[in-house]
Amino acid sequence: MRYQATLTVNGIPYPVEVEATASLLRVVRDVIGLTGSKEGCDDSECGACMMLLDGRPVNSCSYLALQADGREITTVEGLAPGDGLAPLQQALLEAGGVQCGYCTPGMLISATALLSSNPRPSEDEVRVALAGNLCRCTGYTNIVSAVLRASEGHPAGTPG
Amino acid sequence: MSTFVQATTVAEAVGAMSGGARPVAGGTDLVVGARQGKAPLPESIVAIDRLDPLRGIELSGGRLRLGALVTHAEIVAHPGVLEGFTALADASAIVGSHATRVHGTIGGNVMNASPAMETGGPLLCFDASATLESVAGSRQLAVAELLAGPGETTARADELLTAIEVPALPGAGSCYARLEYRRQMEIAVVGATAVIVLDGGLVTDARIAITALAPTIRRVAEAEEALRGTDGGRAAAEAAAEAAAAASAPISDVRASADYRRAMAAVIARRAIEAAVARARGENVPVPASPALHGAV
Ligand SMILES: Cc1cc2nc3c(=O)[nH]c(=O)nc-3n(C[C@H](O)[C@H](O)[C@H](O)COP(=O)(O)OP(=O)(O)OC[C@H]3O[C@@H](n4cnc5c(N)ncnc54)[C@H](O)[C@@H]3O)c2cc1C
Ligand code: FES
Ligand code: FES
Repeated sequence: MRYQATLTVNGIPYPVEVEATASLLRVVRDVIGLTGSKEGCDDSECGACMMLLDGRPVNSCSYLALQADGREITTVEGLAPGDGLAPLQQALLEAGGVQCGYCTPGMLISATALLSSNPRPSEDEVRVALAGNLCRCTGYTNIVSAVLRASEGHPAGTPG
Repeated sequence: MSTFVQATTVAEAVGAMSGGARPVAGGTDLVVGARQGKAPLPESIVAIDRLDPLRGIELSGGRLRLGALVTHAEIVAHPGVLEGFTALADASAIVGSHATRVHGTIGGNVMNASPAMETGGPLLCFDASATLESVAGSRQLAVAELLAGPGETTARADELLTAIEVPALPGAGSCYARLEYRRQMEIAVVGATAVIVLDGGLVTDARIAITALAPTIRRVAEAEEALRGTDGGRAAAEAAAEAAAAASAPISDVRASADYRRAMAAVIARRAIEAAVARARGENVPVPASPALHGAV
């Protein structure tokens, strides 16, 4: 059956009509039309689909869209102010943390969630926070460096 | 044609369940299982994630009450759990990824009843009980009686788990450890829980449970017996761990052979026991225990 819901994505409320079983990822990509979030596995293994739900990371491919009714959703499109780049995005580019880019939206969401609750994470804390995000290209080192660079008070430059 | 209702009261939730609806909390088992093709989503779904009475951790009068919606992240962040129920914090700290822990609930973990699930061993060792509610009323039963087999509980399909209660065990040191091939996004290959009370340097109470080593997570009386009255040192820990391994009936699957699981059962059980003894002595073993015990960073 289809149900009415309001998904607030990046601050904009979208009234939508969705199937009971539809995933949040499907609705945000196919109904609302924001395609920044990617589908890698569609079963909670890769993290390419990650969004923030009331500020907390969620694997949107495996989350019912109707459970997000009335909640605040943030996708990668909502991270940057205007046309610019968020500091994390800038750091990811500078550190060479983007190759094919498929994992990047999910990485940015997990890293954003980490830095908002822990502005000065250790390298180990960064690795634990990104553990649900798979990257087939970079080998992770440059992604971890980028998150450390973007963290509060970290001298710019590639650590270890 | 699937139907969905967002319950706003417990009465509404149990009403929907009496009509055949399946509850979804964080969805990290139910929805993920459907995506993986394990079982299709139920025809009728009732979302219980907004039921405030099912939320919150309370520690008073020597009892810990965990609302069914308490997430793994909340368990790990609770000072009272870290202090008095450390094994439970060890367990919740290693569930899935950060996203799994902020959405996955203790209620979903228990009701999913995987023989490899993380919180079961600690709950069994601390003699936890579950409160189940249905339109017919509410009842309480031991978590040990709730877990019936792989993916099976003794709860009726119309019963909603509302809370888990755990009696405090003053002075206890406890630990849950698992064999893992990687630190996060992992499922226990083998797991063990130890809860130890020391008095005058001797073990007065010992509780040992094994995980992913039998159709359900279970306590091992022989291992507990092997520890009681000892100093909890290496020899006693080894004897108890051997008893735990002997009581296991592991399966072979893609993650490990039965022989390997049995061999590792003794190793992981010994590490869990030694860490629980160390904590009972007031020594610091970081949470989660697993990476520290296995020599990772
Ligand atoms: C990537 C990933 C990694 C994971 N890693 C681990 C791990 O390391 N260890 C581990 O133990 N688990 C792991 N899990 C499984 C899962 O995250 C946990 O079991 C979690 O606690 C389930 O909670 P939930 O609220 O999401 O459950 P849901 O999926 O919402 O529900 C699970 C089941 O319980 C029923 N249910 C839920 N709440 C109630 C209730 N209050 N009353 C009655 N029935 C109820 C549902 O109908 C369903 O059958 C992992 C999952 C994922 C996706
Ligand atoms: S697409 Fe959601 S985790 Fe892979
Ligand atoms: S950059 Fe290609 S998957 Fe990460």
